[in-house]
Amino acid sequence: MGVGIRLTGVTKKFGTFAANSNISLAVEEGTIHALIGENGAGKSTLTKMIYGMFRPTTGEIAINGKTVRFSSPREAIEAGIGMVHQHFMLVDELSIAENIMLGNEQTGLFRRIPLQKIRARIINDAEAFGLAVNPNEKVGKLSVGQQQRVEILKLLFRNASIMIFDEPTAVLTPSETEQFFATLRSMRDKGKTILLITHKLDEVLSVADTISVMRKGELIGTLPAASATKPGLATMMVGRSVLLAVDNPPPRPGETLLALSNLGFITPDGKKMLESLTLNIKSGEIYGIAGVEGNGQSELLQALRGLAPEGSTITGKATLKGESLIGKTPAAITLMGVSHVPENRLREGVILDYPVSSNLIFGRHQEQSFRKRTGFNHNEVRIHSNRMISEYDIRCSSPELQPISALSGGNQQKVVVAREFTRPEISLLILAQPTRGVDIGAIELIHKKIIAAREKGMAILLVSSELEEITALSSRIGCLYKGTLRYEFSHDEVALKREREDEFIKEIGLYIN
Amino acid sequence: MNSSKRSASTSTETAVTMTKITGQLLIPLLSVMTALLFSALFIAMIGEDPVMICSKMVRSTIGSSYGTGHVLFRMTTLVLVALAVAIPFKVRLFNIGAEGQLLMGAFAAAMTGSIIGETLSSTVAIALCILSAMAAGCAWALLAGVLRVQFGVNEVIGTIMLNFIAQGITGYLLTWHFALPSTVHTAPISNAAIIPTIESLTGWFAKSPANLSLLLSLALPLLFYALLFKTRFGYEMRAAGLQPEAARYGGINAKRHTLMAMGTGGAIAGLGAANIVLGYKHYYESGMTGGIGFTGIAVALLAGAHPVWILLSALFFGFLEYGGLSVNAWVPKDIFMIIEAMTILLVITFSSLGKQLNKR
Repeated sequence: MGVGIRLTGVTKKFGTFAANSNISLAVEEGTIHALIGENGAGKSTLTKMIYGMFRPTTGEIAINGKTVRFSSPREAIEAGIGMVHQHFMLVDELSIAENIMLGNEQTGLFRRIPLQKIRARIINDAEAFGLAVNPNEKVGKLSVGQQQRVEILKLLFRNASIMIFDEPTAVLTPSETEQFFATLRSMRDKGKTILLITHKLDEVLSVADTISVMRKGELIGTLPAASATKPGLATMMVGRSVLLAVDNPPPRPGETLLALSNLGFITPDGKKMLESLTLNIKSGEIYGIAGVEGNGQSELLQALRGLAPEGSTITGKATLKGESLIGKTPAAITLMGVSHVPENRLREGVILDYPVSSNLIFGRHQEQSFRKRTGFNHNEVRIHSNRMISEYDIRCSSPELQPISALSGGNQQKVVVAREFTRPEISLLILAQPTRGVDIGAIELIHKKIIAAREKGMAILLVSSELEEITALSSRIGCLYKGTLRYEFSHDEVALKREREDEFIKEIGLYIN
Repeated sequence: MNSSKRSASTSTETAVTMTKITGQLLIPLLSVMTALLFSALFIAMIGEDPVMICSKMVRSTIGSSYGTGHVLFRMTTLVLVALAVAIPFKVRLFNIGAEGQLLMGAFAAAMTGSIIGETLSSTVAIALCILSAMAAGCAWALLAGVLRVQFGVNEVIGTIMLNFIAQGITGYLLTWHFALPSTVHTAPISNAAIIPTIESLTGWFAKSPANLSLLLSLALPLLFYALLFKTRFGYEMRAAGLQPEAARYGGINAKRHTLMAMGTGGAIAGLGAANIVLGYKHYYESGMTGGIGFTGIAVALLAGAHPVWILLSALFFGFLEYGGLSVNAWVPKDIFMIIEAMTILLVITFSSLGKQLNKR
């Protein structure tokens, strides 16, 4: 077997900062090669160079044995490289077939497109790799998993021999992930070279043949998957040994703080997103909501935080310490003792252009201690931000000048977590995807802080699409399916089943699919 | 160890400030220089000597106290209308309606000024006229704000339409009801309502229309700078503009800020109208604003909507406007319209180029 991608001494500098330094790597033809590393380790810079979006500062890239110097992705595509981006590049209004042939219509600009031929080719590819789709369907109507299939078919249609996948499973359900892996394996078996960028260690171990680990712009090592272990990889990625499962002492629940009874939610366009949802959360308890995205999690959060879009209808009751949350403004709900780490950090959780210290008080800027006349008590703000930065290990150079957008995803999330966990007098702490896009090292810290918050007697609602996170942290678990709880695991059940995590996750999987 | 860490953080601090200054100062300067070069080229192309034209322009503007007064008078209006654009801009609203707000404000000031009589004290008369101009501008801008907040009418469309309506209303009222016979202007305002010229107090800028509104136009940008960047109100307002969803999550009432920003912008456009009516013309005349509300958009854009830079940007545009007028005998003043528009296009082009260069 030859070498599909060979990098020799590749360095990429942005100004004085080396995003990649002296990387040498060989991806064998007909293998699945995983590239792992924390955020900011340089994985995407590396793939962008292979895909012709960046040029290396020094060093050499060879594709299928030939040295190349791409100046645009088009040249990379012509050389047989295909890439599936984390955010799909599809046109919703066009059909699957039209999307697949886009930019490669096999005919002149004003000639008739050989649609029959193209459809036949698509169906052929789809059957060969287990990617069943109907070429005439509009892409906008497809599920995320199906859209990913379209992206893969696009690469096959262009006869790509090298395929790059950037965090492909981030948006997939557990069963879609299984299917996707089967497709990857069958493509490998037919001789395709696959480069998989990810940070999920379990997946890497189950699907990859070879694993390369990056850290801080350098390649730490490449090893066969057969000889790799999860803790070993984690240590390579972070540079120190990491606790993968947080220490979770038995909870001591107190009085009921949050009570939902028969909660219903109808969106402005008439979709029922929640229906007769009933649950309660006690003080000192973490209630995990397991579920595939789109089963009502977002609406539940909106209802509890007063963020439901205008025109939605909320029925039933939601009370915190007996006081209703429904119909109140976000500011009023905050005053009742609700703190909230939002689902979408970049859109809701921070103001990207504001410096770190301003973001550490965002949403809390009216608190007495931060105020001074019409402006801010800069001294207090500085003390607060320095305390948060050291307690939550936020890595930034100058908190009062550096905009938060300059921080890595993990550090941005630590800013949000620090701010929300330290509000005065919290009764209910709502955590939505608290570790999404966050490095292993940061996950460890955030998980510890969640357990500490529980020990302080807060009622915690944890919504996460990472089932491992749910099982590791929760005191009780509710399985959300189509807007209602299909099953609730009690304290005892959770404590018992946590011992055998893999089986537990599979069991939860049955209730949410 | 510790000291090396500190020096590293200082160097990033310097880097952050440097890029900020580059963005705020270098790009506009570069654009202005390029646009001036191009205009020199145009002037040469129509067969005139650019150096001669330029020196004439300088002599007739900042070279004489009368010319300086004219430049400052134009700058005053431009600062105010530019603020009317820049403040809504901070909440991501594009106020194209400064012209309409200016018209309504000017008409209101002239009307109030003509009915209050001569018996009132000057302070009260001026205050009344200014307040009515501000109220009219504010109401006109708020209308666009309400349309946006309550009915989702995009404020660009809203303010453009309201410009037409303002033109229609003032045009109708003037021609059919308030114009003095065989003129296109209203009755003059009461002497008590006239804002004193700077000449009357200090003797500077003799015979020019520069008046005390100038002081207002110097103070307001500083006031708004403090409001936007030093208060909790400004913190909330900018957040609402940058990321409306985050603002909602953070308990900020974004609708209120939309209305506040539009209303404040309109009121300040009204002040700009007061400068023209109470400080210069002393009546409302058809076509008296001459599109200066639109030039205000350019002034705000050149300054990156930053209240303090608006002062410089307005001075530059004021210079071009009056300087262009003064060399009209040699070169068509249309050339200066080209410079103004080109400067803005260059600012946008250069900032985008800068971003692309940073990325590569």
